[in-house]
Amino acid sequence: MESLEYKMKLTDEQRAILDGSKGETLAKVMESLVRYGELFGATEMVPISSKYNHLVTSFGLKALGPVYELMDKLLEAGAPSGQKFSVDPKPLDKNVPSSFAQDVVFKVFMYSRQKDYEAQLRDLGLLSDNAFTCTCYMDEVGNKPGFGEVLSWSESSAVVYANSVLGARCNRNSGIIDLMGSVIGYVPKFGLLTDEGRKADWIIEVNTTKKPEAQLLGSAIGMKVMEDVPYVKGLDKWLGNELDDEACTYLKDFGAATASNGAVGLYHIDGLTPEAVKEGEALIKPDAKTYVIDDAELERVYREYPIIWKDKDAQPKLCFMGCPHMSLQQLKDWTDKVEEGLKKSGAEKVSIPTVFTAAPDVLEAFERTPYADRLRATGVITSYICPLMYMNNPLSEKMPVITSSNKLRTYTSARYYTDDEILEQITAPGNGGGKSVKKAAAEPVKKILASEPAKKIIEGTARGIKEKMKDARSKSDPVFRKKGGW
Amino acid sequence: MKSFKGRTVVPGRIAAEALVSHQGLNTLASFQKALQFGDKEATCGDQNNPDLYGKKMVGKALCLPQTIGSTTGGLVLYCACSMGRQPACMLFSKPIDSLAAAGAILADVWLDDVRMPVVDSLGDEFLDYVKDGMDIIIQEDGTVLVG
Repeated sequence: MESLEYKMKLTDEQRAILDGSKGETLAKVMESLVRYGELFGATEMVPISSKYNHLVTSFGLKALGPVYELMDKLLEAGAPSGQKFSVDPKPLDKNVPSSFAQDVVFKVFMYSRQKDYEAQLRDLGLLSDNAFTCTCYMDEVGNKPGFGEVLSWSESSAVVYANSVLGARCNRNSGIIDLMGSVIGYVPKFGLLTDEGRKADWIIEVNTTKKPEAQLLGSAIGMKVMEDVPYVKGLDKWLGNELDDEACTYLKDFGAATASNGAVGLYHIDGLTPEAVKEGEALIKPDAKTYVIDDAELERVYREYPIIWKDKDAQPKLCFMGCPHMSLQQLKDWTDKVEEGLKKSGAEKVSIPTVFTAAPDVLEAFERTPYADRLRATGVITSYICPLMYMNNPLSEKMPVITSSNKLRTYTSARYYTDDEILEQITAPGNGGGKSVKKAAAEPVKKILASEPAKKIIEGTARGIKEKMKDARSKSDPVFRKKGGW
Repeated sequence: MKSFKGRTVVPGRIAAEALVSHQGLNTLASFQKALQFGDKEATCGDQNNPDLYGKKMVGKALCLPQTIGSTTGGLVLYCACSMGRQPACMLFSKPIDSLAAAGAILADVWLDDVRMPVVDSLGDEFLDYVKDGMDIIIQEDGTVLVG
């Protein structure tokens, strides 16, 4: 093969792969990674040091055919992932309420390749059948990298958690690039893999009078700093100085909002996250800008979210909690909250169909606690689904869905409320209705069927069928005869 | 024509009509429906992007600051290219982000018959100047002519 010229310093082995010593497919994998790295000033390819990888593409979406073909090429070339990996949540779960029409769209038009794709993931190196979650770093799941380890992960919420809370080193990689890193065993060294790239461009001063809502604070910071690194002061006042379960859960939701409302890949929390504890304000660049967040600023951010429901006053038909997936402690805490809310309102069960999502391993652990039966008794459903994948269905998009996930709000038509507001709505008596998901999702279908163009198509189809039957009778069509006629 | 000089990410010469997004392009939200439901003109499906929502992206010189959103962004762009539903070129006012870079490079390396020239770092002035429907010419060295 022709030797390509790059500025990046490659080892003899890397250069040989690039030149085709291990075949054309691996040469292309290396070329993809080298060109990707060069754009961001990478000077070398460094070995991945984490035990496992994490991939973003968990769904057998019909539209992503070319991706599955590319993965087939890797398998054909004998180049699966060099590491076992977890992957984002599955897009379908029969536990989650959906209408017949939604199911048709899910199974025929959207995730028709799910089964095949899951088989392909197993061939490539899937960690286990339970390894479908965006929170692979939970103890119950076990894909938790150590401080300083180099990763080839994607999934923005997992990357920002691994970098910030665990102190691992990973760029915000795209799908496919994530897999290519672990096929070849190296990633280009740039950005968040370097000491300089982990320095803070922004100082965030949190001056609120109460503990800020994680998802709202993350959103405000994400929208302000975009892809920059923020150093957050004043939050340890509310979270303490230990990365205990409560703090980690808060940072999981906070980070996902920074990553989806902006493009944050790393944040430092003064006195709490590992690099901030170790290096303190030495992490802040001399020319860092400052953003002050008080109660009024959070209120402004909240009020400015666009509401893209057609009927802004519609009764919610579904509530999703757990984007990213909930932790075990979060499931327990919310069980208590929902019970208390129902007791206060006098209702027996949640009045809006409500789905709490978590990793399969976390759900199994939850089932082993007494909380599981208690949560079931409130009417809340648990699921391993990806709420985003559910909401990508055009029929789901037209349903009034509520959530306290700012990631779900950003990518879909779901409407954001704070945790307290969500609790109030789902525990209020007679709000919405338990069987309304099917009706809500069927409404757009009914409208389409009632439209003039649709009527013409239906009439035309019916006429066509009648004519075909008439024709079949007159010709004694063998197919018609075989089926027994009318 | 006014000239802007950027950095070549994927080389190529092409002439096309401008389509401008002043905010970050959410790749998944913009392309998913088009790829899913066979829309050959790749009508932008991102309701949160008033500049592009409902507009056809195929064959246009897509001018934007950078892409945002899900880390599926790169593979969605790769799929758009593979299925012939890509813009004629992508012109970034800022340095390209990691997701768009992945999509552009994967398409260039892995797809034999697809070429979508990409230029980045064209500057804020480029995005202030260019308007929908303007003629765009890209040259191999990253020079972009707008008029």
